[in-house]
Amino acid sequence: MAAMGQVVVTADVVAQHGLTAEEYKRIKQILGREPTFTELGIFSVMWSEHCSYKSSKVHLKRLPTTGPQVLQGPGENAGVVDIGDGLAAVFKIESHNHPSFVEPFQGAATGVGGILRDIFTMGARPIAILDALRFGLPEDPKSRSIAEGVVGGIAFYGNCIGVPTVGGDAYFEGEPSGYARNPLVNALALGVAPKEKIFYARARGVGNPVIYVGAKTGRDGIHGASLLASAEFDEASQRKRPNVQIGDPFLEKLLLEALLEALDTGAIVGLQDMGAAGLTCSTCEMAARGGTGVEIELQRVPQREEGMTPYEIMLSESQERMLVVAEKGREQEVLNTFNKWGLDAVIIGQVTGDGRLRVRHRGEVVAEIPARPLADECPVYERPLAPPSPRSEKLVEFASADTAARDLRENFLRLLAAPTLACKRWIYQQYDHTVRTNTVLLPGQGDAAVLRLKGTRRGLALTVDGSGRYCYLDPRRGARLAVAEAARNLVAVGARPWAVTDCLNFGNPEKPEIMRQFSEVIDGVAEACRVFNTPVTGGNVSFYNETQGKPIYPTPVIGMLGVLEDIERRIPGGFQKPGSTIVLLGGTPGTPDSVRRIFSSSEYARVICGVVAGEPPAIDLEYEKRVHGCCLELMGRGYVLAAHDLAEGGLLVALAEACFAAANRVGAVVTLAGSLPLEAVCFGEEPSRLLLEVDENHLADLLRVARQYQVEARQLGWTTAGEFRVHFHGTLVLEEDVVRLAEAWRTGPGRPMGGVTT
Amino acid sequence: MKFGVVVFPGSNCDHDAFHVLHDVLGQPAEWIWHESTDIIGLDAVILPGGFAYGDYLRTGAIASHSPVMGAVKKFAARGGLVLGICNGFQILLEAGLLPGAMLRNRRLKFLCRFVHLRVEATDTPFSSACQMGQVLKFPIAHMEGNYFAEPATLKELEANHQVVFRYATPGGEVVDDEETNPNGALDNIAGITNRERNVLGLMPHPERASEPLLGSTDGLALFRSLVDSLVAR
Repeated sequence: MAAMGQVVVTADVVAQHGLTAEEYKRIKQILGREPTFTELGIFSVMWSEHCSYKSSKVHLKRLPTTGPQVLQGPGENAGVVDIGDGLAAVFKIESHNHPSFVEPFQGAATGVGGILRDIFTMGARPIAILDALRFGLPEDPKSRSIAEGVVGGIAFYGNCIGVPTVGGDAYFEGEPSGYARNPLVNALALGVAPKEKIFYARARGVGNPVIYVGAKTGRDGIHGASLLASAEFDEASQRKRPNVQIGDPFLEKLLLEALLEALDTGAIVGLQDMGAAGLTCSTCEMAARGGTGVEIELQRVPQREEGMTPYEIMLSESQERMLVVAEKGREQEVLNTFNKWGLDAVIIGQVTGDGRLRVRHRGEVVAEIPARPLADECPVYERPLAPPSPRSEKLVEFASADTAARDLRENFLRLLAAPTLACKRWIYQQYDHTVRTNTVLLPGQGDAAVLRLKGTRRGLALTVDGSGRYCYLDPRRGARLAVAEAARNLVAVGARPWAVTDCLNFGNPEKPEIMRQFSEVIDGVAEACRVFNTPVTGGNVSFYNETQGKPIYPTPVIGMLGVLEDIERRIPGGFQKPGSTIVLLGGTPGTPDSVRRIFSSSEYARVICGVVAGEPPAIDLEYEKRVHGCCLELMGRGYVLAAHDLAEGGLLVALAEACFAAANRVGAVVTLAGSLPLEAVCFGEEPSRLLLEVDENHLADLLRVARQYQVEARQLGWTTAGEFRVHFHGTLVLEEDVVRLAEAWRTGPGRPMGGVTT
Repeated sequence: MKFGVVVFPGSNCDHDAFHVLHDVLGQPAEWIWHESTDIIGLDAVILPGGFAYGDYLRTGAIASHSPVMGAVKKFAARGGLVLGICNGFQILLEAGLLPGAMLRNRRLKFLCRFVHLRVEATDTPFSSACQMGQVLKFPIAHMEGNYFAEPATLKELEANHQVVFRYATPGGEVVDDEETNPNGALDNIAGITNRERNVLGLMPHPERASEPLLGSTDGLALFRSLVDSLVAR
């Protein structure tokens, strides 16, 4: 065997592959000999942080992953949950941060392509995409070009393949967020299929043929998972551009249609996407899960370039490829279907009974590795944890009552125009969000995207949430807040929170400070998901989000799925008409002890005061859950015309957003009270709160229901025909036309981004 | 009466058109594969939206040379009704079944949003159930919807009343601002027919506006026109 490896495996070569001496020792134990160069390459990608989760595994175990709704938890291409009516939802979120920094357009595009493949390889037709994006401030030209490239790439891929991009979020933050030189691009995809039609990535049945389908293999993306996604960035990172793959959404569209058609033949027994670590990962994982072995001949692999070595073929991350195991004797049906769609489909090997991944090249064995140890026995690290180093403790100074009232209007307008809060139409109108005719609440119309399920009365709601700033200031609390906000967004549209997929974006796990952030975030996510009964069904960990030693904010992005039993009962986010009563549901009465510390973590503190400090608001998860229950009950009784969660920017921003989302001109008049400073009352961020629009004649009943749930509720004011007025302790502190407010909000960052903001 | 929906590799609104015809309107419908060389037993054919053959050349250019387009040309010549939506419209232009061409949107970006259309002609099988001047609310979703024709062609289009839909304000005013005519189409042209009035192309998506859940049912006016016209034949 040694004769095959043209490159001699030395200590240097091992180190270049990102493997430690300890890991190399383990490889030799598994093989009982020195690895060949090809085998070393195979181990290095499978045991990379990106593929093996070696730093995160011990912590991920603490997440709740089971529940009556869970049909498939973590460990497959995607999670699967029962959504009733015999249907299953397949969903997952994944990061493509590093490629998107190196090559924003293609990096983001292939992120979308990859997550869609994870969904349809489970046999489910993808029906929606959401994106969670984190960039530096648009004033920074580099950040702006990254943001434009990323949005363009997502649009390019999603629009062409014909899966609507129905929602998401976008934050723009300066230092110390780290997003300017390490943007986050997390893509979530959702698919739906009858429960019994879900397919799993298992190589079953000794002798069954292993079929390669889709694009030809080229030299692109080699070591994308190991060298790009599993290391920090430095000045040389731009040289890694060749490691970024190029996406072809048209080819993937063919793959999608051909595959769903092929699955209908019943001749396929298992399949897996070739994503990170390509042919290597798909062969050994399918064998490991199936308790079998796989033998392939690389000469048969369709190749785009000449003279590719076994090492290159095994490690290529060329996009739009898949591995299918067919039932022996029925392979022709499968091949015919792919050929009908003009796709390469070639039998490259077979399932074996010896538990080994055996790779031949022109007949000669170039790699032979026990599949299960390769896939599952990467060393697992319990990396050291350490508390964070001291950071800025410069807190917000509240203005005097008179000054605060005088500056309220100007500060409000500035906040509305701040890129994170301003209208995102320049982004979402570049995405086809209406294709497939299921999108019932469009971007901007509700707190979560709502999709109907054709042929049923049901609907699904989807949201992504996660404040990196909160987690930076307190990882555990920030994580609890992220899960709570996701659930609240679903409740706001009338959906019951159902299940979670999470994308955990962090810095270098070898740094104890980062690892501690990670560990605490896991605890926070776990606690909140337990309380809301929303198990984590899968997701993705993205480490090494650092550039020149500066880590990003620890950023867990929570993708949450909700179920609406009756799509007709969905609730929009925009006020429906003038003259309704506005109710604030939830929240806590009284004065928090640490109002300055908490306000210092707010969007207002960052945008208006230039402060990122203090701590995020505390959250009582049981109370939050009661707010959800109460809100859903009020909706079920038909009291609620519109609902909107209070998030970044606090009460006034939420109120303005509910006005902006109205189909016609609607404003609001509200009366605020309390002992807190005006800024904190207007813009303070506190969880467990929603604005509800109700008819006045339901108010008394509403308050009674709220009392039963032991939830705060009070009337704030009324909707109007366009005036926006705020009274504080009996004094009019703000008066503006809603059109003027909307103008500030709409022209925020869009124009510099070259987008259409009208 | 029977409808056909063409499936090109890369079509992605084929299911949506089929859904409206078959499930919403209860009409018989079938798929037409892009390699078909003849269209038999059908009364109306829909070229759906999407990215036929990936649209990697000029939008619609590759599709216009596909086998099925030969069949569609023969079908249209026989008087069959042909409706091209979005990419379907682009293909009809490239195939020469309709005059003019598509440029990139004025801001060079893909645009997905609702627009309003004013009905400019009701003497076509695609708009007979509409009123002159009626305003319809449809979504658009395209990168190349900026209709262009040279002056002579445009003059002919107008002379023969071939412009069926124009981008307009919700009140029905045809003004060339970005809100009203987002892609910058010449004279706000959103949909045209051929001289014989049996081929229609339009950029907005009536099939995405044919059910109350989707925020507009105005698309039904177009599909009902089609059904009525076929019944009357």
